Amino acid sequence: MLEADIQLQLSRLNLEMAFTVASGEVLALLGPNGSGKSTTLRALMGLLPLTRGRIVLDGTVLEDPAQRVKLPPEERPIGLMFQDYLLFPHLSAVENVAFGLRAKGTAKKAARDQALQAMARLGLDGLAEAKPGSMSGGQQQRVAMARALVTDPKLLLLDEPLAALDVSIKTDVRRLLREVLRRSSAANVLVTHDLLDAVALGDRMVVIENGAIVQTGTPAEVTARPRSRYVADLVGVNLLRGTAHGAVLEVDGGGQLTCAESATGPILALIAPAAVPVSRERPDGDGQNTWPGQISAVDLMGDRVRVRIDGTPAITAEVPPAAVDELKLDDGGQLWASVSPAAITVYPP
Amino acid sequence: MDQEKQPFNPLLALLAALAALFFVFPLIGLITGAPWGHMTSVITSKTSLDALGLSIVASLASTVIALALGFPLAWLLARGRFRGKGLVRGLTTLPMVLPPVVGGIALLLAYGRRGFIGQPLDKATGISLPFTLAGVIVAESFVAMPFFVITAESGLRSMNRRLEDAARSLGAKRWTVFRRVTLPLIWPSLVAGTVLTWARALGEFGATITFAGNLPGVTQTMPLAIYISQSSGQLDQAIALSLVLVVVSLVVMIFRRRAAGGG
Amino acid sequence: MGVNSGPGASRFSTRAGLCSRRASLRRHVKPLAVACAASAVLVLAACGSSAGGSSSGASAASGKPSGQLVVFAATSLTDAFAKIGAQFEKANPGVTVKFNYDGSSTLATQITQGAPADVFASAAPANMSTVTDGGDATGTPQVFTRNTAEIMVEKGNPLHIESVKDLADDKIKVAVCAPEVPCGALAQEVFKNAGVTVKPVSEETNVGGVVTKVTLGEVDAGVVYVTDVKENGSKASGVTIPADQNSITDYPIVQVKGAPNVTAAKAFISYVLGPNGQKVLASFGFLPPG
Repeated sequence: MLEADIQLQLSRLNLEMAFTVASGEVLALLGPNGSGKSTTLRALMGLLPLTRGRIVLDGTVLEDPAQRVKLPPEERPIGLMFQDYLLFPHLSAVENVAFGLRAKGTAKKAARDQALQAMARLGLDGLAEAKPGSMSGGQQQRVAMARALVTDPKLLLLDEPLAALDVSIKTDVRRLLREVLRRSSAANVLVTHDLLDAVALGDRMVVIENGAIVQTGTPAEVTARPRSRYVADLVGVNLLRGTAHGAVLEVDGGGQLTCAESATGPILALIAPAAVPVSRERPDGDGQNTWPGQISAVDLMGDRVRVRIDGTPAITAEVPPAAVDELKLDDGGQLWASVSPAAITVYPP
Repeated sequence: MDQEKQPFNPLLALLAALAALFFVFPLIGLITGAPWGHMTSVITSKTSLDALGLSIVASLASTVIALALGFPLAWLLARGRFRGKGLVRGLTTLPMVLPPVVGGIALLLAYGRRGFIGQPLDKATGISLPFTLAGVIVAESFVAMPFFVITAESGLRSMNRRLEDAARSLGAKRWTVFRRVTLPLIWPSLVAGTVLTWARALGEFGATITFAGNLPGVTQTMPLAIYISQSSGQLDQAIALSLVLVVVSLVVMIFRRRAAGGG
Repeated sequence: MGVNSGPGASRFSTRAGLCSRRASLRRHVKPLAVACAASAVLVLAACGSSAGGSSSGASAASGKPSGQLVVFAATSLTDAFAKIGAQFEKANPGVTVKFNYDGSSTLATQITQGAPADVFASAAPANMSTVTDGGDATGTPQVFTRNTAEIMVEKGNPLHIESVKDLADDKIKVAVCAPEVPCGALAQEVFKNAGVTVKPVSEETNVGGVVTKVTLGEVDAGVVYVTDVKENGSKASGVTIPADQNSITDYPIVQVKGAPNVTAAKAFISYVLGPNGQKVLASFGFLPPG
């Protein structure tokens, strides 16, 4: 069980995070670049000293500035996986995997045997003497996995472990990683910018922005009701902030929408792009939740097309690919968006 | 991934050939001008053997000193954070750009009998560096150490330090990290630096003759012996000794490639 | 507010299609460039092999001397010849004298290897023989001055060195010239005459090196010429060597074979042998050629 209270002051960032991770649990740490995800990991590793706070792992105090306790990295029972694997290029795969065991005093032969077993469990038979340079990305990451796990760490830190892998092998490695994490009894902290990783691997999610936690919850909770633009963008939904007066929503920055639910005070409104029909002319009807805007972007995402409309408020709509020609969206210009009140989900920020 | 085969460019080939020949012709001159008839007797004369022995001992000792003092300096320059780092680096590489005889004069003024370090040293301990083998070693270390510092620093800078973090996270103490991760990764640059240093020490002339003087059997290294020979018209001896130096250097160059890992 | 253009999104662009960015390889070799390179090499070779005659502006075989004159002279002649050279230039406007000072053995080797000298002034007949035996001299060398040895010590002679015998003391650091150099040969003769074995700490390649070692205080004494002691009176003191231990060396001068500037060479040698040159030499402590 990891109890982390991390307060760090850096030149570019003030980090203030507090969270716990149970043994066997996977905490996904999500956030934009510069938000402090990697800094958090480095603090847990022991490479960056805390300004204030405490890190306790399975009852042992790893760091406590107030008590002048700071265990150096080599004394923390932590395993690591990095985006760029960080395998020792001059050592063979089995020597890499055995490194942690030998560093802690295990005899050469015993360490090698354990390492070979760990490699076998991850399907790396036959690669024992290979050097990292001769292996594929997927193989290297599995060797890194074996290396991190063979020392039986109490805390596993994963820094964007799948980011450098080709899309084609990412799925397989992700699946393997999920099995491995499921079987591990360590507390696991996974840093990622890929929502799919967070959802597939994480038991809980923490969203961090500018050094502070902005949302926690299960992946399902967080994606259903994102409370930050960052997650909304990742999920691919419209997120508006505003103030509700009953069924009327005053959007911050301009615009007014009628919702199906009533609420009062500051509010977040979620609108799926697929629920935003668009047209070149003003649509018939009562004019409720209908407004124009300039087309500022047209993006093709797989088999769907997303149109960004800079109106009041700005909104993203999803249209079928045929609509690009029909509406001549490439020419830009003005487009009308409309939203039915029922399509607006509101919740407190 | 294979490199695209370069289309044959005659102009490039011609210039490259000229460059290669530029270096090869003097070597051919040495070989053809050598006194092959009585080579053995020249090489085994007392002057030659004394000079060769002194050269080997002095150059090896200087290299060891350059490594022992130069590595910590390179480490500090690559990883330390302190003011005036640029100045320190500039000063320690100064001997590389100074004409060697200038280095020799500077050494005299510092470590000579009347030097500001040498004088108190002489008075206190009776130790005087000029005209001794120690003086030769000091002169050679002075000019050769910067080569090692530069190469080692460059090697340290170019390695991925995060590998050291990874090693520490796996439980390796600092010395283990150095021994099993850092050292192997910078090994090629250390080997290259050592060879450069040793070669520079072996060929050192100006600083040696100015600071340590020239005395056969005591301070007359190979370059000095060769110079004296050629300046007094004993060209046979000069050429023979030159060839010996060339062969010794070639052997080390070949050894160096294999020690650093082929290629 | 926008929707993330995550991986896989591609912009629907109204702009023109892709532009290929493949740089084209220049495959043509201009024959002209090759010819230029080749000719450059030939020109360099031609310049290098010329005897340097083009740069010295040789004058007609007879007539007033002019142009550049290159004199190779022993180190011990540095100051005296500098003065003679200046006077010679004044007497012969249009002539520039360039000196190369070094140990006589070094100079002799350079001349036999083809160095472009007009005149050679040696500090000993032995080194002059190297040049004449090699067929590199024109005419017979003439002795133009003589010199003798003296012990140079630190100013004020703090160690009270009084004779050559004192130099044999192990506690005294002595510098001499290398035996191949005239002043070194002279030192060896002096030691033989005095019947002492002296172990020097250094054998310098020319007498200037010995002077430096003494004036810097690196050695306690050095065997140099009387002219050197006189010249460095402010920085060092001298200890005379009695005539029965000392030796006198002849300094010969000769015109080098193939001298680029024969007229000036002849004129310079005459000047040195003449009253003007001799007066200068005497003023620096040299002995007359007698």
